[in-house]
Amino acid sequence: MTGSLPLSSLGGAIEFIFSEQTSNVTGGQKVGGFEQAMELTLNQLEVTVLALALALVVALPLGLYLGHKGKGEFILVGLANGGRAIPELAVIALVAALIGVGLVTVAPALAILGIPPILTNAYVGVRQVDRATVDAARGMGMSELEIIRKVELPLAVPTVMGGIRGATIAIVATATIAPLAGVETLGDFIINASIYGDDGRLAGAILVAVLALTLEGLLALLQRRLTSDGLKVKTA
Amino acid sequence: MNSPLLLAAAGEVGSDFFKERSSDTLPCQAKPNEVFCFDWARENIDRFGTPTVQHLELVLISLLLGFAVAFALSLLAHRRKWLQPPLLGATGVLYTIPSIAFFFLLLPVTGIGKDTAIIALAAYTLQIIYRNTMLGLDNVPSSAKEAARGMGYTDRQILWRVELPLATPEIIAGLRIAVVSTIAIATLAVFIGGGGLGTQIYGGGNLTFPTSIFIALAIVLLMALLFDLVLLTVQRLTTPWRKARQT
Repeated sequence: MTGSLPLSSLGGAIEFIFSEQTSNVTGGQKVGGFEQAMELTLNQLEVTVLALALALVVALPLGLYLGHKGKGEFILVGLANGGRAIPELAVIALVAALIGVGLVTVAPALAILGIPPILTNAYVGVRQVDRATVDAARGMGMSELEIIRKVELPLAVPTVMGGIRGATIAIVATATIAPLAGVETLGDFIINASIYGDDGRLAGAILVAVLALTLEGLLALLQRRLTSDGLKVKTA
Repeated sequence: MNSPLLLAAAGEVGSDFFKERSSDTLPCQAKPNEVFCFDWARENIDRFGTPTVQHLELVLISLLLGFAVAFALSLLAHRRKWLQPPLLGATGVLYTIPSIAFFFLLLPVTGIGKDTAIIALAAYTLQIIYRNTMLGLDNVPSSAKEAARGMGYTDRQILWRVELPLATPEIIAGLRIAVVSTIAIATLAVFIGGGGLGTQIYGGGNLTFPTSIFIALAIVLLMALLFDLVLLTVQRLTTPWRKARQT
């Protein structure tokens, strides 16, 4: 593989994505092709969205609430730093070995990676909101819940979305090794080189990279859409 | 909960792991899926030495490489402002591509081995270090720069004697994030044959077993904590005026 020209490898990988071929390693088995590539891409997207949703449900309300109350900063800073230190491979491996394989265990395991960035960014985003603005809202007779929903959250959108984007990148990246725990994602092409060969591995890498960049791009667009025009003027 | 397939796989690796030992029977050998087997850990702790050293090597080289490139880019972008958006975009793309995908994108160019892992890990750190260095340089109060200019400093002197020292806390904050994440992500180097502690989690095409995974995990976390503390100490020592301000 080192001897072959990069460009010819790229050609092989692209061919692998678009047309089914006979595996030259196991012999006879049909691998690759657009259908399988799409199926694995959708599987990876499925487990990513599921894990992200779980992380959001747990971390977003908690982060907003703690930010509103101004409590728990010490724990959140520790959680953010500690969260970065957790090796994804070990988490997936332990879940597979001790709890079980499949979507039901992998999605929560991936969600663990998404919780620290969402939680801390929601907290920081809300804390950054000018206290005078919050007092003004309170003076207008808003309830605490209304203040969070109508004042703090809209003003914190850029930071909150930053956390969600970080979580998404971490989750979609780790979903690549989900085949180790019985969830067939694009990582299958990468990990099972004995079946898919070098073309398959490069094809898997290309598809994973495209998927991650696409998700990041879509979230950046969503962030722009959700950010109020007033905030854009201020930062411009 | 465990599928028969996985149990079989774990059993296989387990027996392979025990093969090197003397033939006396261990209580753990029969149940490789036990949560933590102290007997095995005691007998086999030395097998983590080489992977730990490899892991350190992966992290240190990729971090040095990442820092050198990102720091140079920051100085360049600091002088030529028009470079800032494209550099942020380019490092952002490198950051977003999952490391494991990056390894295999590089495969046709650099092949199997630790070089590929180091390049991918270094590419991952660029955005973190670049962003924080730019943030630090931007946060330097203009009054400090004007005072330096008034004292007759040249642009270069202002950069090295005023701006960079004042930007040190942000630069080191970036390094701390980069080093801790890289230590965790370097476990994935096992997939590209780069060695490191990942080999004790996923070895010979299969997951190892919980005891081995737990020990590897503990070493990774300990390493991250140590590096973080070292950088925090460096930050304290290089910015004595911050401490003076606090007290």
